[in-house]
Amino acid sequence: MNTQAHAEEAHAGASLGTNIGIWVGLVAITFLEVFLAYKQLQPSVMLSILVVLSVVKAGMIMSYFMHLKFEKLSLVLWLIPAMIFCICMMLIFFFPEAFRLLQMRPH
Amino acid sequence: MHDVKTDAALDSAWNGGKSPFAIGSKKLGMWLFIVSDTLTFSALLIAYSYSRITNPDWPRPFPIYPAIAFSTTMTVVLLASSLTMVMAVMAAQRNERKKTVLWMVATMVGGLLFTTLHLTEWFNMISKEHFTITGNPEGTPLFGAVFFGITGLHMTHVMIGVIYLGIVAVGYGRGKFSAEDVEVNGLYWHFVDLVWMFVFPLIYLMSVKY
Repeated sequence: MNTQAHAEEAHAGASLGTNIGIWVGLVAITFLEVFLAYKQLQPSVMLSILVVLSVVKAGMIMSYFMHLKFEKLSLVLWLIPAMIFCICMMLIFFFPEAFRLLQMRPH
Repeated sequence: MHDVKTDAALDSAWNGGKSPFAIGSKKLGMWLFIVSDTLTFSALLIAYSYSRITNPDWPRPFPIYPAIAFSTTMTVVLLASSLTMVMAVMAAQRNERKKTVLWMVATMVGGLLFTTLHLTEWFNMISKEHFTITGNPEGTPLFGAVFFGITGLHMTHVMIGVIYLGIVAVGYGRGKFSAEDVEVNGLYWHFVDLVWMFVFPLIYLMSVKY
């Protein structure tokens, strides 16, 4: 299949209304994050909530704006689990070291 | 001789068919780049976390007003440019060349505005608050390397994205590029937006000065 045919296939993406809805959701989550920063939460609680919200936002952007939700499942399975695995490998080494370093801090 | 069975086998996704993921090679290439660049930014953000957890005197230089208000504005500008990029891709899929180019120009304006705001923030921090890449008056000197390093790499991506958008907009307007090129360009732009969705909370919101 040539590239033109691919373009014409057009990967029936989300409608304009859905895309605008996703955008409003992203802006709303951003303001929620700023509100949480304003509320002076515990850094560990704050970090946990922010990371979860960022992953949700990343999922929204990748699924709708980057059309991943409308691509073939084989593409998603080829790209995303490998990427998550690599990030997990970095984090696996991070957590024990992080706790050790935290305990080594001068009190 | 033409063997129908062999052709069918070669065409199936799991046998290295002609288009196993049902996308063009340009889009596949961009996705591979995005995965590798995601890992670059992940490594940098994890290195930042190491630095931060090791240094109890990590500076918190961003008051809610004006610093966080300013960076929130930058975030909304970048998000808005993502929406204009979505519009450009949709217009390209309908083969509306003029509209596509206009939406792409709007996206470039968003990218330039983001860069301008970001540079304003940088110059303000450097000249008024004396934060540099090697030192600052509020705590560990590592802060500068981390802050300017990560946000600088992101800003570089935005500037490259603006140039990329310009090239594709001109090419698409003249009929040299296809709708797929606009979509691939869109993937890059949304990725730049996606990275900022991690940089903004982790670098700015975790360093609010109360």
